[in-house]
Amino acid sequence: MTTTPLDKTMPPKKPTLSHTVVYWIGFCVVMALLIVAPLVLPVFWAKFLTEILIWGLLAMSSDLLIGYTGMVSFGHSAFFGLGMYGAAAALLMVSPGNVWLAILFGLAGAAGAALFVAYFSTRLRDIYFAITTLIFSQIFYVIIFTWTKVTGGENGLIFTRPHLTFAWLYNARFNLTTLHWFVLAIVTASYLILRRITQSPFGMVLQSIRENETRTRAIGFPVQRYKIVAVMLSGIFAGLAGVLYAVQNEFAAPDFVYFITSGDTVIFNVMGGIGTLVGPIVGAGFFQLLRELMSRIFGDQFPYLIPLGFIFIAMIIFLPQGLLGFARRWLNR
Amino acid sequence: MNETSNTALVSVEGLHTYYGKSHILDGVTLHVGHGEVVGLLGRNGVGKSTTLKTIMGLVTAAAGNILLEGRSITGVPPHRLAQMGIGYVPEDRRIFRLLTVMENLRTGLDRHGVSEERKRELLDKAFTYFPRLAERRSQAGGTLSGGEQQMLAISRAMMLEPKIILLDEPTEGLMPRMVSQIREIIEVLHKEGVAILLVEQNVPLTLAASQRVYIMEKGIVRHHSAAAELHVEHTIIKQYLGV
Amino acid sequence: MNALVAFFHDIPLDLILIQTVNGIVTGMILALVASGLTLIFGIMDVVNFAHGELFMLGAYIGVIVMVATGNFWLALVISALVIALLGAAIQIVTLRPLIGRDPLNTILVTFGISLILQNFALWYFGPIARRMPSPLTGHFNLFYLDYPWYRLVIAALSAAIIGGFWLFLKYGKYGIWIRATTQDRVMAQAMGIPVPWVLTGVFALGAGMAAASGVLFAPLVGVDHSMGLDWVLKAFIVVVVGGMGSLGGSVVAAIFISLLESYASIWVDPSQAVIVSFVVLILTLLFKPTGLFATPK
Repeated sequence: MTTTPLDKTMPPKKPTLSHTVVYWIGFCVVMALLIVAPLVLPVFWAKFLTEILIWGLLAMSSDLLIGYTGMVSFGHSAFFGLGMYGAAAALLMVSPGNVWLAILFGLAGAAGAALFVAYFSTRLRDIYFAITTLIFSQIFYVIIFTWTKVTGGENGLIFTRPHLTFAWLYNARFNLTTLHWFVLAIVTASYLILRRITQSPFGMVLQSIRENETRTRAIGFPVQRYKIVAVMLSGIFAGLAGVLYAVQNEFAAPDFVYFITSGDTVIFNVMGGIGTLVGPIVGAGFFQLLRELMSRIFGDQFPYLIPLGFIFIAMIIFLPQGLLGFARRWLNR
Repeated sequence: MNETSNTALVSVEGLHTYYGKSHILDGVTLHVGHGEVVGLLGRNGVGKSTTLKTIMGLVTAAAGNILLEGRSITGVPPHRLAQMGIGYVPEDRRIFRLLTVMENLRTGLDRHGVSEERKRELLDKAFTYFPRLAERRSQAGGTLSGGEQQMLAISRAMMLEPKIILLDEPTEGLMPRMVSQIREIIEVLHKEGVAILLVEQNVPLTLAASQRVYIMEKGIVRHHSAAAELHVEHTIIKQYLGV
Repeated sequence: MNALVAFFHDIPLDLILIQTVNGIVTGMILALVASGLTLIFGIMDVVNFAHGELFMLGAYIGVIVMVATGNFWLALVISALVIALLGAAIQIVTLRPLIGRDPLNTILVTFGISLILQNFALWYFGPIARRMPSPLTGHFNLFYLDYPWYRLVIAALSAAIIGGFWLFLKYGKYGIWIRATTQDRVMAQAMGIPVPWVLTGVFALGAGMAAASGVLFAPLVGVDHSMGLDWVLKAFIVVVVGGMGSLGGSVVAAIFISLLESYASIWVDPSQAVIVSFVVLILTLLFKPTGLFATPK
């Protein structure tokens, strides 16, 4: 029997000791590799890796909705974008820019957007939910694109990267390596927090909603409230990714708020395997790597999205579990 | 009784189906000869409807064979089977509620290779047997009463000029007066040479209308005999169908 | 009260009437695009993300045929046929394997297709917009404006296509097949209707309608690879407001939203007038999520 990306699965079983050991060893190995990476990789690849982590965070945030609650959302570009612009606001309004303030503003912006979107779209289910989130992300796009005075319109906003500061203890510019470690730390923390959430009672309810929403409601859970919280959590982490992107690239642009970004996010999720949290990060990496490969082999002008599109479609039809889907149970214990 | 499956119109051998993990049909074997009326009895949930659905290709068999005039039709899509001469009248009729009576009939009439004359003949026949349908021909199917919907469901299947009709619980939910009308309809179809595989809960009707009867229990055929050999008070009937 | 009267007095009546005409013209094209979308959703439960790209490719093919032959009607017919075939191919290859699976998979797949088609257009046709010469020159006097006849012709043609399609659904033999399949796919099969082909046919029809809208719309704007995106979004809003699966609802919703946007353009920049459609959507979701104008289909 083939399963689809959106299939219901059994709730995770209790972890065994050997499982826990293997998991954490694997985790440490991966972490070690990621920490060492910027020191050994050439500049281009180090930056590339950092960006994969950021897109991975965005995709991971969306997995909370798609993989665990069973709600496919196309609204993440709005949350990402508002995180980006929120950070921009903090960095432009206060001088010298403070990276923690940027994060704060970005998260606030994203949370606000998420609340707004959640309020309307969670009234609907399935396809209607997906379409509505998409339309809402476009609403944000139009607002950002046309409110030139505040958002810089088409051209976006440019600002300088803030220093990395830890109260009075440390204050220095980011260099390639410290920026990578900063991003890695935040993404890792996010992963651990999201993992905790999915394994908590709250997370169990979300998964129960994914399995059978009607039954969950019949048992007595206020399903819509859970959905709204899920969307908000998802939006906050997406916004965090937006902040990181802004900090890394020193600009905020409306292109990222266009719904295509949401689409890309969903692609990362499906390719990597939904319901695994790490899957989407792998999916993001896989996608970007393929893209880089194609532009190297075929040249810059090559429409890499065409073969990537075919691969994506083929994966939905033939490999709906995604790259890491086979490990889904295991990763969730 | 001999299993003369090579001369049968429709025969089913060792049919197994599953619903998730549930084993619904556990090796069903039966056959219907040309022009025969065969009854399929059994308690609720033994798999009678599923047998009909599997023959019609609406449920995929996990194992087993389905033959139409000796040729295997396992895995043939339902719309092809309808074109090949198998009519299906499901439980709860399932007529197209938003289509008119006429349009419902047309879904069966509009086939390849049927002349306009023949279509008119078929329609006339349907309206002769069911004058109530003629009266209501422009009404939406959903506005008909239960009995009228049953008539529509059967005449719709007749528009296909089928060799066999799979009839699933035609008297369910109908008033007793309608039950005898169903009996008459089955007689008429039999006279026209159409074979019928009749699934029913109504034992007297089934025994009166059929030539042979199968009795199912828990997904398998347990008893098979001529209808004349049984009657309502018979021990076998009490054993498999008694409360 | 006086301020209100003064406010309305300030707006030239002829401007309002001109915008009404504009609104109806755009509304009819939008209705044609949305009809295909709502048809596909109503019958197949497929949200066709690639619909905007079919519109866009239809426009391109229209331009090519028009430039090659100078015959607009040929362009319209050929474009619709080619894109209908493309639609059929897409349905057979990518959507048939997904029948029976969670319908959300179809959004993902059609999204992938829209990416492919869009990038193909960019790569093959290049980034520069193409112009399609208007098939009908000539204006008439609409107040102080020289209003092109062509715009009225488009509205009439769109209405004709939608009307023709509605008649086909109601009376044609295949129309009955389509309606039966929409209501009860299983029993339609049991009646000998080749349902898999009906589904392919419907998708092809929807695609053809999208292409026709593209060709009709092409003389009004430049044809480029991204023109589909805006339309698909608006079409989705129309479909949700009109009630998914309701042909009549989409038509009414399309005209309603286009009119509102046209009027809004009197006061604000057109790129901001889009917000009107968003507001209508939000209100619909709040008060009548099944669709403001839904009619039972």
